[in-house]
Amino acid sequence: MKITVKIKRQNSPDSAPFYQTIHRECDKETSVATLIREINAENISDIEGKPVEEISWECSCLQKKCGACAMRINGIPRLACDTKIAELKSKSVTLEPLKKFPVVRDLIVDRSVMRKNLLAIHNWLESEASQSEKNVDLAYDASRCIQCGCCLEVCPNFTAGESFFGAAAFVPASRILSQLPKGKKYDLVKEYGKHIYSGCGKSLSCHNICPVGIDIEHKLSNSNAVAVWKRFFK
Amino acid sequence: MKINIIGAGLAGLSAALTLAENGIKSNLISVQQSERAQSVMAEGGINACLNTMGENDKIEYHYEDTLRGGVYLADPDAVRGLCEAAPGIVKKFASLGVPFEQNENGIIQRNFGGQKKKRTAYVKSSTGKMLMTALIDEVRKYEARGMVTRYPNHSLVRLIVKENRCFGAVVQNTYTKEILSLNGAVILATGGLNGLFEGMTTGTTQNTSDAAAMLFSQGVALSNLEMIQYHPTTIGIQGKRLLISEAARGEGGRLYILRSGKPWYFMEEKYPELKNLMPRDVVSAEMVTVSSLPECDDQVYLDMTGIEKSVWKTRLSDLREQCIHYISLDPAKKPIPVSPGIHYFMGGVWVDKNHRTSVRNLYAAGECACQYHGANRLGGNSLLGAVYGGQAAAKTVMNESKENDIKADRAEENTADVSPAFARKICEILYRSLPIVRNESDMNNALSELKALKNTAENQAEMNRANLALAVVQSAIERRETRGAHKRTDYPERDDDNFKKQTVARLQNGKVEITFKEIGEDLS
Repeated sequence: MKITVKIKRQNSPDSAPFYQTIHRECDKETSVATLIREINAENISDIEGKPVEEISWECSCLQKKCGACAMRINGIPRLACDTKIAELKSKSVTLEPLKKFPVVRDLIVDRSVMRKNLLAIHNWLESEASQSEKNVDLAYDASRCIQCGCCLEVCPNFTAGESFFGAAAFVPASRILSQLPKGKKYDLVKEYGKHIYSGCGKSLSCHNICPVGIDIEHKLSNSNAVAVWKRFFK
Repeated sequence: MKINIIGAGLAGLSAALTLAENGIKSNLISVQQSERAQSVMAEGGINACLNTMGENDKIEYHYEDTLRGGVYLADPDAVRGLCEAAPGIVKKFASLGVPFEQNENGIIQRNFGGQKKKRTAYVKSSTGKMLMTALIDEVRKYEARGMVTRYPNHSLVRLIVKENRCFGAVVQNTYTKEILSLNGAVILATGGLNGLFEGMTTGTTQNTSDAAAMLFSQGVALSNLEMIQYHPTTIGIQGKRLLISEAARGEGGRLYILRSGKPWYFMEEKYPELKNLMPRDVVSAEMVTVSSLPECDDQVYLDMTGIEKSVWKTRLSDLREQCIHYISLDPAKKPIPVSPGIHYFMGGVWVDKNHRTSVRNLYAAGECACQYHGANRLGGNSLLGAVYGGQAAAKTVMNESKENDIKADRAEENTADVSPAFARKICEILYRSLPIVRNESDMNNALSELKALKNTAENQAEMNRANLALAVVQSAIERRETRGAHKRTDYPERDDDNFKKQTVARLQNGKVEITFKEIGEDLS
């Protein structure tokens, strides 16, 4: 099929962004990741006849296990490796960097705020994990988080650098909270209230966007139960 | 003292944690953050003799299986250390919150290839991801205490080497392009050589092989490069090979081919003891053999339709979802077509049993290093080797490294990358000349093509990659025998007299030189 690919380009954090448009023939089963790789492997020109310089983007596993290739595809944050052209139901494909993070170049954004936030809430075990049949499924599901940032992109309450840290923090935190032995005071519990519970508007827009299908609402309710209501997880 | 660790996958994190637990600071340098490392893709499990399955397993058996699986090319002393440490490593991960499947006897273990006992601990088919999440969180604790300094989005430009001693690393911030010189000993944990076979492996695009190629150009010795593992059950998807975990066969999956129109379970007939769970090199070679028989079809299938519902639910749900998603086939209902694909590099940077490389003050661990797996790696030993290797390298560094303050020479750093076209040409030549079963004339042709290609290199990175590719092919030519993953039509027998030795590749005056050395001996 013939498609029109519109890519938001930006040479550096300080330079002005612009869109570059390419006409292209491709199979409908082609993933956006393959599309970008093919464009980068060829010397092609855009519709104005200008050369298309190599598109900067991040990519690693190509099978939705690493979260590197998250970007806005036709306005929706998702993984390029997990998005087929056919799914877009459009002959026009617009690729833009995630908006909630500072642009580095083209489709690359600096997502280091997610790592800093996990550091800030003390997201680690302070003593040996307490594991039982009750928390094993939760630990598995929460541990699947790929830190792609799609959940933050759609969150009405998250802004990078501000005090609410969003699902990219509370999903990993839910594993730790479920595994902390009872009876002690933990920094994570305190920070959770400050950086997650008090800022979450419960829109749950994060719930359906997760590329790996983590049951985010379940993680939120369990973490709230432990950290805020001091109940054992459900 | 601060140690520089290049790579933040399982081996790099393991080294950083070991150093931090012993009060030593490290810089953890990686092109992308840990969540993007190839370690997250490891599926089936991690081996350790926990003896929870009532099979009277012993550490000695793990040791024997690993050496035999590697066709006696691995260093026995190193393998002994690995197997002895394994139970402690798995228990530590459980204490860090890895949700291994458990029952009243403890952690459940599954069958895996080349092992006579159930010895592989797992979390469904996402074991690597689970270990990584736990380790990332644990290392974060030490990051908060200032023991680990992360340098995400930084790539290795070169090592600072003088008189065969490493004084640090020059790295570049890939976002700002800023160049940084970091002093101190270096532990390499840069992963496998996937980039040599771009698009043809089960691994990530991030493991470009550029780090190994650069090290080679700086005089670091590489070893056993010809030992490239073809995993029996992979499927081509866009841009790569999709791995169908060995767990599929560990839980009862059966390989067959249609012979005169009827399913032939060739592994079960030929190998009645381990059947479908023979070591990977054996299974892959058998798949090539049977699919070339005139009475057989071309395609081998993996039949998982006999696996019980409860196993699909508790142990293989992620594997099933992956098949449905990527190949639109439900493996619980229909056999799936599989073929061998490049999965792991047993060879890499030469290290001794303490993870020292040929350059003093430089260490290597994980898939980038040539350790533990000999001529063929057993499933479940890669996660173990990465974690244990990281620990072992860290312990050696602690004993040997001294503060030093030699700065990098001021130089115009060469940071141009290998072009996609050059990478593709290398891949085409290597993939054609290094199939599962090889022969000298194809490899000689590849040498000529690579030498011609090397003359077209437009930057240092391309020159380095061409030299690395030459080293792989020359290593494969010089090993004139069949052993493990290295199978040859012209030398079909194992030759212990001449080749129970490690291949060593070095770059001398711009030329690749191959020698052989006794296993366990130091490099001269």
